[in-house]
Amino acid sequence: MSALPLILTVFVACAVEAIEALTIVLAAGLTREWRSTYQGMAAALAVLAVIVAAVGPAITLLPLTALRLVVGALLAIFGLQWLRKAILRATGHKSLHDEASAYLREVTAAKEAVTESRGRVRDWYAFTLAFKGVLLEGLEVVFIVITFGANQRDVGAAVIGAAAAVLVIVVTGIAVRAPLARVPENAMKFAVGIMLTAFGTFWGAEGAGVSWPGHDAALLVLVPVVALVSLAYMAVLRPRGRAAAPVTDKVVSS
Amino acid sequence: MRRLKSIGAFWYDFVVGDDWRVAVAVVAALALTALLVHAAGVNAWWLLPACVLAALAWSLRRATTKS
Repeated sequence: MSALPLILTVFVACAVEAIEALTIVLAAGLTREWRSTYQGMAAALAVLAVIVAAVGPAITLLPLTALRLVVGALLAIFGLQWLRKAILRATGHKSLHDEASAYLREVTAAKEAVTESRGRVRDWYAFTLAFKGVLLEGLEVVFIVITFGANQRDVGAAVIGAAAAVLVIVVTGIAVRAPLARVPENAMKFAVGIMLTAFGTFWGAEGAGVSWPGHDAALLVLVPVVALVSLAYMAVLRPRGRAAAPVTDKVVSS
Repeated sequence: MRRLKSIGAFWYDFVVGDDWRVAVAVVAALALTALLVHAAGVNAWWLLPACVLAALAWSLRRATTKS
């Protein structure tokens, strides 16, 4: 299989996580102070780098069959979570993830918190807010990069996709200096959910000993099937009389 | 102990998410696939996709009938 689907899937998945991390970092930096925010970000990135350095090489040492079975199961479960959330949000059964209101919530909490310095960190609240935000969103990026990269035996391509996504979001965030509320986050989550579910199913079944008809070409059928069935579920779950607005984000309070 | 519990809760939420039944369905389908392939000699490539899509439908139905 070519590296392009791998890079694109990782790019979109990581962009969604980077947008959520950016919202938290902006809330910490603009409301509290930037130095402690940068320190929190740097500490989180260091922890993530250690995780990648420790887990990445270890996971590629596993036999491919075992790796595909375990990683396929994890990816399918992970992808189904994303797909479930995206469908529930698109059909109005769950509120849309709104970066603008998430930002407001963080800003309100940040304004109320007291300033306390610890060691070299001037503002512990800004530090921990940025640290937690980058670490938690970054863990999902690390999970996707390692699982996709290891399964395809092409961690480099996965890292390129992730790095490009983070770069694009960071540059946009610096230019805009506001949460990226207009990005169609739910549509992106829906697309990534489809890819994670399809790839997870493909690799998981291969790990269980299945031989797919057409080998890698089966993915060209599996991805559209998962997408079409998910769209059908969405059509069924959309309340009657509601205007069709498949997966796109229509955030009320932006 | 509290820290251990919160780490466990984080990883549970990270991997399993909102509906544990989906995770159980995927693992059970994989086990059944492996059994069919290795014990019965059936190339059951169709089983996991069918179970994954059925698990999604089941989970969505549960979530929407609750709300």
